[in-house]
Amino acid sequence: MLQGWFIVTASFAYIGLLFAVAWFADRRAAMGRSVISNAWVYSLSLAVYATAWTFYGSVGRAATDGVGFLPIYLGPTLTMLLGWFVLRKMVRIARLNRTTSLADFVASRYGKSALIGGLVTVIAVIGILPYISLQLKAVSTSFQILLGYPEIAMPPRAGSMEVMQDTAFYVALFMALFAIAFGTRQLDAAERHEGMVAAIAFESLVKLLAFLAVGVYVAFFMYDGMGDIFARAAGRPDLEVLMTPLGGAAGSYASWVWLTVLSMFAIVFLPRQFQVAVIENTDERHLRRAAWLFPLYMLAINVFVLPIAFGGVLHFPPGQVDADTFVLTLPMSQRAEGLALLVFIGGLSAATGMVIVETIALSTMVCNDLVMPLLLRIRAFRLTEHRDLSSLVLDIRRAAIITLLMGGYFYYLLAGEAYALVSIGLVSFAAAAQFAPAVIGGLYWRGATRTGALAGLLAGFSVWTYTLLLPAFAKSGWLGAEFLERGPFGIELLRPTQLFGLAGLDQITHAMIWSMIANVGAYIVGSVIRRQSAAEHAQATLFVDVYQQTGEPGSSWRGATSASALQTLVGRFLGPARAVELFTAYARLRGVKSVDELEGDRELVRFAELQLAGTIGAASARTMVATVAQEEPLGLEEVMTIIDEASQVIAYSHRLEEQQQELEAATRELKAANERLKELDRLKDDFISTVTHELRTPLTSIRAFSEILHDNPELDPAERQRFLALVIRESERLTRLINQVLDLAKIESGLAEWRTAELDMREIVLEAMNATSAIFKSRGVTLEARLAASVPPVMADRDRLMQVLLNLLSNASKFCTPGTGRVEVRLAGDAATVRVDVQDNGVGIAREDLALIFEKFRQVGDTLTEKPAGTGLGLAICRRIVGHFGGRLWVQSEPGQGSVFSFVLPVSAAAAGAGRLSANA
Amino acid sequence: MARRVLIAEDEPSIVTSLEFLMRRAGFEIRTASDGEEALQLVSTFRPHLVILDIMLPRRSGLEVCRLIRADASLAGTRVLMLTAKGGTRDHERGIEAGADDYLTKPFSTQELVARAQALVADPVLRLAPGAGPAQSP
Repeated sequence: MLQGWFIVTASFAYIGLLFAVAWFADRRAAMGRSVISNAWVYSLSLAVYATAWTFYGSVGRAATDGVGFLPIYLGPTLTMLLGWFVLRKMVRIARLNRTTSLADFVASRYGKSALIGGLVTVIAVIGILPYISLQLKAVSTSFQILLGYPEIAMPPRAGSMEVMQDTAFYVALFMALFAIAFGTRQLDAAERHEGMVAAIAFESLVKLLAFLAVGVYVAFFMYDGMGDIFARAAGRPDLEVLMTPLGGAAGSYASWVWLTVLSMFAIVFLPRQFQVAVIENTDERHLRRAAWLFPLYMLAINVFVLPIAFGGVLHFPPGQVDADTFVLTLPMSQRAEGLALLVFIGGLSAATGMVIVETIALSTMVCNDLVMPLLLRIRAFRLTEHRDLSSLVLDIRRAAIITLLMGGYFYYLLAGEAYALVSIGLVSFAAAAQFAPAVIGGLYWRGATRTGALAGLLAGFSVWTYTLLLPAFAKSGWLGAEFLERGPFGIELLRPTQLFGLAGLDQITHAMIWSMIANVGAYIVGSVIRRQSAAEHAQATLFVDVYQQTGEPGSSWRGATSASALQTLVGRFLGPARAVELFTAYARLRGVKSVDELEGDRELVRFAELQLAGTIGAASARTMVATVAQEEPLGLEEVMTIIDEASQVIAYSHRLEEQQQELEAATRELKAANERLKELDRLKDDFISTVTHELRTPLTSIRAFSEILHDNPELDPAERQRFLALVIRESERLTRLINQVLDLAKIESGLAEWRTAELDMREIVLEAMNATSAIFKSRGVTLEARLAASVPPVMADRDRLMQVLLNLLSNASKFCTPGTGRVEVRLAGDAATVRVDVQDNGVGIAREDLALIFEKFRQVGDTLTEKPAGTGLGLAICRRIVGHFGGRLWVQSEPGQGSVFSFVLPVSAAAAGAGRLSANA
Repeated sequence: MARRVLIAEDEPSIVTSLEFLMRRAGFEIRTASDGEEALQLVSTFRPHLVILDIMLPRRSGLEVCRLIRADASLAGTRVLMLTAKGGTRDHERGIEAGADDYLTKPFSTQELVARAQALVADPVLRLAPGAGPAQSP
């Protein structure tokens, strides 16, 4: 059954099936019902990561290194679980900028630099060639082994036969045709390939099923389950060692770590992974689900790796069958023809998927970032004047695909046999990892510059070439072997596999350490020493702050042009019909009837540039657009103004936020102020109400007695005299009250006149005592004094101080019991203050009233028969007077123990300088 | 039989004038200078009329009025509220507290006497239970 013609027919039938899937998906996409716009298809398309290398090579590596095959799958799992937000940022940026490839992405970040785009392309092409050759090797080897059925024989070495008879050559040729058919049928402004993605997702399912089928077959049909295989393997010392965490010979913690890091980068930076994960992503939300779906796929396809590897080693005599072929040879040894064919199809599927996506991604890069910029720049071609360039673009891509596969084939001839499958793949991984610093740095480090990126890429790539590529050539005899053993020109320090004496590591780890040091170092140094140009700064902001942007990025185009010129330009790459379609739609969006009415303003130019960028990449698009829309030379300041738009928006929103906070604070302050005003208003109302009340009281008596006297002329003279005295007393009270209210109002409003002068407090105290001595005598209260012989002068108004003292003395006299009452006045001074105390032995003041008595109209109830005839304003006024001169008035009292009213005033500044003070008398 | 009036007022000169006026009008008089004293005298002296100042120490006139109204045995007691504040809000509060009449200081002496006499001449007063010390032991 397994004749050559049958295998070939089955292979073509399978490829035909892939085309059918792709055709179906494209048709659905054209109808607007995308089949790939869901997280499952997206996750499966990411599984293009699992190539023929995974399919055959994992088992091969597991047979020699044990669990050492795992880091290659651990890395992507970690990236998807922990680093999906980095991917999401890349997806967002790529969509906003219509990025067409990894090279386009990096070039775009560093000022749309064609140089960077070209360098990335060169690195990618050279770096990926080994990987493509690996697929060719896998397919042709598996084909030849299957062809030998029922014999199990290893195929002859590559290069040992004529090219025209070499299976690998034909595999390369057919794969080129597939890729061309899949990826270069048409050009579109959004470089997306719905059909291709659908086919890849389908292909991922097939290879998974095929691999699981072999696994189940080996584990449960050839042996009695996994436990049986592991038990038998444990019985063999050479296999037992493979089950330890570090696996076989190649294992060390360093290589585990570095292989994991390497594959973490590979899942993002291999051109085909960037293509499916970023360019072909239809919805950022798919990433969230892919973050666990894809690792699940990785787990599933690795479950049976060890059982198959051990099964193969146990089954075949040592050295006869290459472990890379166990997946195929184990079913063959059991005459399971159907399963063997399924395995071959699975391997073919994995290889085809990889080659198609990889070459489409690479050909896009080669065309957009290498060939087109060169052609556009060489004036002799007069390319900028050509009418229709779309077919040229497609031709360049087709040629690129063929070149790539032929390149892969020749690498296979030259170096393919030197390594096992896994090692070839890792060489490519290491090349892709060189993009990591420039891309990740570019996403988060605003200051990263074009110079830094160029330096980093060049340095990393150089080290990669020296430590991985050249040794591969050397090992296949293409370079002298002494180059490896003794170093170039016999300088041992420069041996490519033990650079600067770094020995004891496997080759990949060694190369990664040196290339990453060189890459990251050069990237940082280059970024720090050279300033960004204005264009770089603009792009850096677009990338780093992509989440802060709304809508399309801004543009620095200024030169006005016509809509028709732009339409013609776009038409030359996308075809005139498509261009008309795009521009008409755009005109509708802008609200005008036809393209002719469109203004050739910045937005339109930017629109045209974006359409072109989707086809020929950002750098080339810029060059093309510049031919119709002259970019006027801008002053640096103007440039900064325009390109800082994005950061200004951010700054603006920050400012808005701040302003909002300020407004809120102001509102709070206003509310508080309003509350204070309300409180003041209430206090004022209270004051007026209280004043009114206090005025009405004496008025009531006056009116009542006046009416009584008027209505009762017959009153006896004694009573008449008593009532008249009351009228007089209440009138005086009324007058005093009015005066004090006015006085207080004047002090409080700041209208009071103060005649400030240096005063001798002793003199004033003596005068006040003299003035009140009559009152004291009449009330039967003793007045005593203990005054310092002299005190320093104070600065105050003499009349006001007298008012305070009279008030305190009169209060003291009122609250004392006649006969036993005793009031003592004390005066003392020191360098800073002069203090006066007025102590009485009267009724005292309750603790809760102490603070109240200084408030307006607060008179504390007395136990005397007659209420003191105060106004309730005296102490309030006194406190304000003392306060006005920088002093303090307070009271100490216990009920029944009398009270002490005290005040201090600061010594006048001039006198304080003299420093003389007197002791207490 | 002479009507009894309680003068609850803390301003001595006003008390003097009210005493004179009420005596002239034929009332039997007691005076109180704070709210507590007023309440005590209300229950012991059993006045027909209380002339009650609102701004009294210890217990405000409003409070005294409310307590009088809360006591069913004092249902016949008339309350004439006096205040030095002229606002309608005080007026309302006085009426709410159960005052029968209301006068603002300074008042007309003739009006005061007339209102006091009108209040105690109310026929309801004579029907009220426990009105007058005659019924007290």
